[in-house]
Amino acid sequence: MSDFEPIIVAFACEYCAYTAADMAGSLGMSYPPNVKIIRVPCTGKVDTLHLMRALQKGADGVLVAGCYLGDCHYKNGNLRAQQRVGYVSRLLEEIGVGGERVMMTFMSAGQGNVFAQVANEFTEKIRNLGPNPVKLGAGKAAA
Amino acid sequence: MITAVRKPLEEIMGFAAPYSRVLLLGCNECVTVCYAGGRKEVGILASALSMAFLKEGKKLDIVEQTLERQCDPEYVEEIAQTIDQYDAVFSMACGCGVQTVAGRYKDKPVFPMVNTMFMGASERQGVWAERCAGCGECVLGRTGGICPVARCSKRIFNGPCGGSTKGKCEIDPGVDCAWQLIWDRLKALGRTDLYSEIMPAKDWRSAKDGGPRRIVREDLLS
Amino acid sequence: MKTTSNLEKVLAAGHFAATGEVGPPRGTDAEAVRKKAGHLVGKVDAVNITDNQTAMVRMSSWAASLIVKQMGLEPNYQMVCRDRNRLAMQSDILGAYALGLNTMLCLSGDHPRFGDHPMAANVHDIDSIQLVAMVRQMCDAGLFQGGAEISNPPKMFIGAAANPFGDPQELRVLRLAKKIAAGADFVQTQCIYDMKRFKEYMHQAHDMGLTEKCYILAGVTPLKSGGMAKYMANKVPGMTVPDEIVKRIAGAPKEAQAEEGIKLCIEQIAEMKEIPGVAGIHLMAIEWEHRAPEILERAGLLPRPQV
Repeated sequence: MSDFEPIIVAFACEYCAYTAADMAGSLGMSYPPNVKIIRVPCTGKVDTLHLMRALQKGADGVLVAGCYLGDCHYKNGNLRAQQRVGYVSRLLEEIGVGGERVMMTFMSAGQGNVFAQVANEFTEKIRNLGPNPVKLGAGKAAA
Repeated sequence: MITAVRKPLEEIMGFAAPYSRVLLLGCNECVTVCYAGGRKEVGILASALSMAFLKEGKKLDIVEQTLERQCDPEYVEEIAQTIDQYDAVFSMACGCGVQTVAGRYKDKPVFPMVNTMFMGASERQGVWAERCAGCGECVLGRTGGICPVARCSKRIFNGPCGGSTKGKCEIDPGVDCAWQLIWDRLKALGRTDLYSEIMPAKDWRSAKDGGPRRIVREDLLS
Repeated sequence: MKTTSNLEKVLAAGHFAATGEVGPPRGTDAEAVRKKAGHLVGKVDAVNITDNQTAMVRMSSWAASLIVKQMGLEPNYQMVCRDRNRLAMQSDILGAYALGLNTMLCLSGDHPRFGDHPMAANVHDIDSIQLVAMVRQMCDAGLFQGGAEISNPPKMFIGAAANPFGDPQELRVLRLAKKIAAGADFVQTQCIYDMKRFKEYMHQAHDMGLTEKCYILAGVTPLKSGGMAKYMANKVPGMTVPDEIVKRIAGAPKEAQAEEGIKLCIEQIAEMKEIPGVAGIHLMAIEWEHRAPEILERAGLLPRPQV
């Protein structure tokens, strides 16, 4: 599985992580091209269903990146996102997909370095975990 | 509302094992409000089930649909044209909805996706608590608007028992003593006189002990 | 005299009553009942036989009561609302009376959650006050709860329990009044350690005229050790044990704690005799039945009056 390149979907809050990712790019702090960023107005807008659908449709890992707790532009959207990530993580455990494929992370708009570091580490973690087992099984089911 | 919680995935997967195409049927009423079986929960469960099967190299076709009210024949009729396409119906409604679907489509297996819990109210976001036992003869007018049948652990009509401590029930410090609440309300209302009346033994025929209950409204019959 | 109850006779004659308590075994050993109750023969006016206490299955209260009755002790047959609906309760009462039981105590019962069958249905068809009223109607009107006539109605001396220390405080005497209004002949209280609060409770009950209508027996339980004192203080719902009592028992040398507990119990009984409206004591020497005679002797309650 050495040639496995995971697909990571990152839901990034436009008040912090999305800006941080932008800054990482412009400052030349590299993060893997595997990470597909979806800009959201607040991580509180990221629903349980979005996280599930991302994995169902082929993501190997899902990252939710919001503002630090207490810094949410909408008061506590990030807290709600964190709770939903926890719920999805438990649900993934229950169906045997692995709870660690979904992760919540926090940063501020100025932390391009943090975004790059988290993106690198999470990509590496998922690379080590291997492909989303749903994709492997789907191949078999189709065969 | 009627509250419910989703069944464990393992149990649901057991129901699904023999089938290849199922209708996952939500309900827009109570189970939507308590986040157990509305359109969104249908989507989440469909995703989870589908992934659980694919992971094992099996395919389960799940068609998602949510009815306005599964406990109403009028709305359950909406799936009459398509029901033949499915091996089974996986209902996310409360027990009333599951039975309405099962009663209408007699040769179609119908499985409950949720455990129906109780008639309750929302205490705050994410918390529901039992408020009504549906006993058929409401005493709230005499108990300050707090129900001893639904909220006292021993459904004592002339409480409290000796276990009431600092406003909490002896069974769990997380449970309020219903009779403490009743007494506080009666005091606030200036109606502590209501307490001294002995409430007589209840006629449980109005509750489920009289057999399954029905309401017939002649004025509404068609 | 309404009944043949020995307890009623003792109380009606104006004696300061003393009752004891025996918990039936978790098995079929009648000898175990006899052994525990044997310590109390001739020492108490009646002995409470508990009904699946702490929601643990035990030999039925009526059966253990009968064993005790055959020993010449008068049982106070306990019945809780947790395990039976009104049909079963009434038929048990008829059977119990037919077999010679004439004194009973009506209780709610501990919640099944505390026992060894937490999965059991928690019946509560009627509550303890409604149970008192039902037995009263059976005895006085000769009618079942459902209204039909009873052939040869029972004549029970009807008891109820009271906890002077549960919350809300201000309701406690009012609830006692409801039990008496429902038809209780006598009341046994939860065990008392906080004498100050108990005196206030009795004062209030006395002022309301309740002690004229009903015999009130004050519950006492000797503390066997400092550990037990702390347990009663902290773990038992609706129980109050003042700090100075915990300190007194726990502060005594280990080997002297039991004696200190008995001394305290005797002092409290002496105090209770002086409280207006207290008609007797109910001694619950939990798994310590063999020490009960000594406590009663030293409290000046022996010999028991023959009436």
